[in-house]
Amino acid sequence: MAEYQNIFTQVQVQGPPELGMDNENNMAAERFIKPFYSKLVGWIGNAQIGPIYLGWTGMVSAATFILCMNIIGINMLAQVNWSIPEFLRQGFWLALEPPSPEYGLKIPPLQDGGWYIIASFLLLVSVCTWWLRTYLLAEQHKMGKHVAWAFASAIWLFLVLGLFRPILMGSWSEAVPYGIFPHLDWTTAFSIRYGNLYYNPFHCLSIVFLYGSVLLFAMHGATILAVTRFGGDRELEQIVDRGTASERAALFWRWTMGFNATMEGIHRWAWWFAVLTPITGGIGILLTGTVVDNWFIWAQEHNFAPMYDGAYGYENYGSYEAFIGREE
Amino acid sequence: MLPDWFSKWNRENPTDVERPAIIVGAVGVAVIAVVALMFWGQPFATDSLQSGPRGSGMERVEFKSDLARPDPTIEAFLSSTSTPVPPQGGDETAGAARENVPPGLENLTVENYDRLLAAMRDWTGIPDLFDDADSYQTAVGHVMISMTRNINENWDGHVSANKEVGVTCYTCHRGQEVPSDVWFKATPVNKASQGWSSVQNRVTPLSSFTSLPSDALEAYLLDSETIGVHDLESRVAGIPGKDDFPGIQHAERTFALMNYVANSLGVNCTFCHNTRAFYDGSQVTPQWGTESLGIQMVQELNNDYLVPLAGLLPPERLGPVHGDAPKAACKTCHKGYQQPLQGTNVIGDWPELATSDAPDYGN
Repeated sequence: MAEYQNIFTQVQVQGPPELGMDNENNMAAERFIKPFYSKLVGWIGNAQIGPIYLGWTGMVSAATFILCMNIIGINMLAQVNWSIPEFLRQGFWLALEPPSPEYGLKIPPLQDGGWYIIASFLLLVSVCTWWLRTYLLAEQHKMGKHVAWAFASAIWLFLVLGLFRPILMGSWSEAVPYGIFPHLDWTTAFSIRYGNLYYNPFHCLSIVFLYGSVLLFAMHGATILAVTRFGGDRELEQIVDRGTASERAALFWRWTMGFNATMEGIHRWAWWFAVLTPITGGIGILLTGTVVDNWFIWAQEHNFAPMYDGAYGYENYGSYEAFIGREE
Repeated sequence: MLPDWFSKWNRENPTDVERPAIIVGAVGVAVIAVVALMFWGQPFATDSLQSGPRGSGMERVEFKSDLARPDPTIEAFLSSTSTPVPPQGGDETAGAARENVPPGLENLTVENYDRLLAAMRDWTGIPDLFDDADSYQTAVGHVMISMTRNINENWDGHVSANKEVGVTCYTCHRGQEVPSDVWFKATPVNKASQGWSSVQNRVTPLSSFTSLPSDALEAYLLDSETIGVHDLESRVAGIPGKDDFPGIQHAERTFALMNYVANSLGVNCTFCHNTRAFYDGSQVTPQWGTESLGIQMVQELNNDYLVPLAGLLPPERLGPVHGDAPKAACKTCHKGYQQPLQGTNVIGDWPELATSDAPDYGN
């Protein structure tokens, strides 16, 4: 088996732990966990674990996240009468549900969505401080803020689902339950309730960017692995100093489909496709129930839900009796 | 362990055995698979019944092996049924000749009454049915006879939608004192929460083992709440979940009911709906109409016949949570088949159960 046809990283380097630089922001003071190496982790990434920078944003984020998860978990545990075996058995079915519709945007009782509101607020704080963390760390590293803005696009969808849309709808009951199967039930019910989300053009766009992201990721990953033997995995060097790896990759795609991205441009393709997935999706969700209540009828009004011509032809579909072989 | 000459020969003649082994193995398996398929055909052959326009995925797919195996209870029914004895005029009536004749059956001829009584005992698995006038089974039996007649007489649009099928005791009971697939109220499913969260997210038979609400049968087949959740214009005013505007929770509960119906009939959404527009009356199948009648029928059966049984039944026959009477729904009759007993005509031999008037023996 050729070495590059492998899902695991083939080269592991282990030496004295790389501690990173300290700068005028006193970054090293807030790093903890004594670095160590893991060969197992090295198969899928860098073998060195730690140190990790926490900072005040990390502290707040971790603390509120842990609190939020505990509220959700303990509510689930209470729902199965504090039975650990039942908690494990029904774990995928359990959920912390948003308030019932009659409470609107008022504060509901703890047992009917109150805990949900508290958990959601903690999660909001947690996610936002984590976003701040990505921004501040990038700033301290004198990096661009691309990671923070990409994360912000995901947070946009998260905020639409749990904050903006419920407020516009006038009811917290529109929010998504915290549970494995229950949030999937919500997704299906949301689509059905509002007349089939597939006819929502922003849902269409979101799917385009989602599937497009998958395609781009596969193409880019495959291309780079394919030219690794020519040094193609040194992407940054290849961006500024194009070598035979870039040439071959570019020619491969240009001769295959007439067009090729560049060593730098492919990353902009990937970033925009990924970022546009939740941005367009969030717009679609935000419009649902607020601006459009039945997407199928909306699609008919805008002439892109086709109608069937003529009769359905039920009389030609064959009978149940014939199907089960019990014709008289 | 191996002789030296063998190891030496191997060292001096390095040969790649893995590559040919893999190639020969793969080609060999492929040849065997192709030959086997050519001789014996597709081992998991399926057949499908179309239910809507091409390209809409509206069809029912079944394994041919399943289709070839008829519902085993049909055999049992056919062995329990018997042809009616047309009265010749001046026959002795059951009311005069027999004791404890259930109301409504007094005017049957003795032959037909005995025939019916034997069949009812067979169908319900109660060998002394109607022997003891004081037994609760007798009182319940009287209600059940009038219910059966009501179904055949007034709900033939559902039970005989396509051809004469009808129902008898056997359609639900299948030889058991208490029919299988009856249901009891099960909500709230937990005591730690209130509102919508207290009726869902629990593995129950009522939710078809999903995390959808467990009160769907109660809400729609007992309390007759509105099932539809869609707005019929692209834009409407009002807050979902309030002012008669269904919320997402109502959609989940409707989904729970639909899931139950689909499992009860062994079908899928597309049996009744074009899934691109579930609500659209112009895109549903003819079965949707039959099903709507069935829902109304079950609502009437539960409210008029079955719920009142709570006063007659002993405690061990009542529900475990609320002490309510056992209730009926789709699966109580259908038992997983598109038509109960696969559409076997069960009423043809039993004009006594087909109407609350004098039975029509065709003479």
